[in-house]
Amino acid sequence: MLTITDLHANIDGKEILKGLSLTVKPGEVAAIMGPNGSGKSTLSYVVSGRDGYEVTEGSIVLNGEDILAMEAHERAAKGIFLAFQYPLEIPGVTTMTFLKAAMNAQRKQRGEEELTTPDFIKRVRAAADKLGVSQEMLRRPLNVGFSGGEKKRMEVLQMVLLEPKIAILDETDSGLDIDALRIVAEGVNALRAPDRSFLVITHYQRLLDYIVPDSVHVLSAGRIVKSGDKGLALELEKNGYRDYVADAA
Amino acid sequence: MAAVQETVDKVRSVDVDAYKYGFVTDIESDMAPKGLNEDIVRFISAKKDEPDWMTQWRLDAYKRWLTMQEPVWARVNYPKIDFQDLHYYAAPKRTPGPKSLDEVDPELLRTYEKLGIPLREREILAGVEGAAERRVAVDAVFDSVSVATTFKAELAKAGVIFCPISEALQTHPELVRKYLGTVVPVTDNYYATLNSAVFSDGSFVYVPPGVRCPMELSTYFRINEKNTGQFERTLIIADKGSYVSYLEGCTAPKRDENQLHAAVVELVALEDAEIKYSTVQNWYPGDSEGKGGIYNFVTKRGDCRGDRSKISWTQVETGSAITWKYPSCILRGDDSRGEFYSIAISNGHQQVDSGTKMLHLGKNTSSRIISKGIAAGRSDNTYRGQVFAHRKAKGARNFTNCDSLLIGDACGAHTVPYIESRNASAVFEHEATTSKISDDQLFYCMQRGLSGEEATALIVNGFVRDVLQQLPMEFAVEAQKLIAVSLEGSVG
Repeated sequence: MLTITDLHANIDGKEILKGLSLTVKPGEVAAIMGPNGSGKSTLSYVVSGRDGYEVTEGSIVLNGEDILAMEAHERAAKGIFLAFQYPLEIPGVTTMTFLKAAMNAQRKQRGEEELTTPDFIKRVRAAADKLGVSQEMLRRPLNVGFSGGEKKRMEVLQMVLLEPKIAILDETDSGLDIDALRIVAEGVNALRAPDRSFLVITHYQRLLDYIVPDSVHVLSAGRIVKSGDKGLALELEKNGYRDYVADAA
Repeated sequence: MAAVQETVDKVRSVDVDAYKYGFVTDIESDMAPKGLNEDIVRFISAKKDEPDWMTQWRLDAYKRWLTMQEPVWARVNYPKIDFQDLHYYAAPKRTPGPKSLDEVDPELLRTYEKLGIPLREREILAGVEGAAERRVAVDAVFDSVSVATTFKAELAKAGVIFCPISEALQTHPELVRKYLGTVVPVTDNYYATLNSAVFSDGSFVYVPPGVRCPMELSTYFRINEKNTGQFERTLIIADKGSYVSYLEGCTAPKRDENQLHAAVVELVALEDAEIKYSTVQNWYPGDSEGKGGIYNFVTKRGDCRGDRSKISWTQVETGSAITWKYPSCILRGDDSRGEFYSIAISNGHQQVDSGTKMLHLGKNTSSRIISKGIAAGRSDNTYRGQVFAHRKAKGARNFTNCDSLLIGDACGAHTVPYIESRNASAVFEHEATTSKISDDQLFYCMQRGLSGEEATALIVNGFVRDVLQQLPMEFAVEAQKLIAVSLEGSVG
């Protein structure tokens, strides 16, 4: 599915990722854990193709295709989805308008027919109902005035509608109370499928009680320093990152 | 940064040269010799077979103009215009007396087709037969002379007069004489005075007392003849308790020389009357070097003459090399209301200095200004607005909101409000913001599958939504496309 090999990446001349390698298999849920400043967010940005990050070495291969030369929207159409830690507000653009623009932009790139309005509305309704997203929210400008929980739910709604191959959740649990966390996690779990992988980036083990990972990887100083199963997350919860930070240094 | 920069570069390299309507129609034109003097003024007046008082009115304006100076206060730069190097009259040659569209020059009809104007008879008939509530009557101004007017009969039934102003001078001279120049006096400003001397044609609308005009009235302006200054003159009168909505849309073909456009629009709303005037302006902005665009020096003003009258201006400005335009309202009647909704987009080397004036003279008058300026490329975009309350304008209220959006780092946005209140009971509010499309927003949209250009267009459309909602439905759709076209590399 996703193979990252010896990835080195800079921002503003500073190297953040220093030889990161990681393989995520189809259907796998991989958790990336690590202390602040270890490069977690950078990893999500570099994989999704954000401008301003310079990859100096290594490769990112999605389903056999090297994606490093692609722009962010091309990668999106290939099935990479990033659920943002801080979803952006788009004033004046209703959520419905945004969803339709995004879905059709991806379909267009893939050479698929654009969705008809009734088909589009049907899909949105079905997904919104499951996530407890109200019709009123869909009519409001995207994320404008939404609470933290509502914004995260909107991210999951977009994920459901865009049907990605690999979804990266960047600190999705931050700022969520336990009820919101449960709804978001349920949304993600419902999306788990044999041909869909997840990269769950988190600081705390808490989220992993709800989204149970197949593998856990510790990111420290720009590299994966330890990999294991979900037991590793529990160990980190108990002992902290101290051992790994020291290792990397 | 890079995404924004790329967008800007693409816009610069592709869009500006790919002006959709950059073609010239080859129609032999009936043209006055270059230059301006009393004889030319008489020539224009004679061409129209105007009454003597009108000829004299023009001559007075011309004499006045000779004593005036070109204004220099706007934040625009352009080489000096040689007013003797322009043709002041050009009419497309027509077969004698076109009775129907069949007789209209086919070349002309093709031009309209390229512009997407639904003028073909079939479509209009379809519109008549169809159950559509929203019909549009088109008085097409093609290089100064109106060549086709539709829906006349139905308008006549309602008592609405909608015709070229040259025709109104023949058929309703008393109305024209009563109102012409009463909102924008002959002496008003350099360009308005020039227009008064040499205006070629334009639209005339009169809506009788108590009549709600049964359809949207629409005019498509188009500058076509090489080197022809266009001097449109529009006069709209809404009599007591009447209502009219007027749409003006503009496009122009591509050429090398700068073209001067100095139109005058006068609106008069009597007691309880309402006029809604909407414009989509898409004139040629010049090539990627900034050469060859339209100079647009327009005077638009509405007079809320009667109590409880209302005038609303809505404009979407995307074209022209230079825009100098301040649609204004004189709130003379008590409880009258003025509105100004504006989207001004500048790209390439365009310069926009636009805004409005709300002059509160009557009691309890209110006004609202919503201005959205978007600057991209190397353009400069200035909002210049005046809100004034007279000593007697007790209880005057104004709300102004000016938002500017910058795309890239080579453009400029400026807000120049003039606010003056001469009585203590007036309440004026002014809000202004300037923002940039953030890289975060762009990346967010792109991560969802939108290209940089699509993302920019989406964000800009969101930014201008409040104003788009003021436009009549068919215009709003057109305007939305236009916004995408003026900011994207693709032709929407």
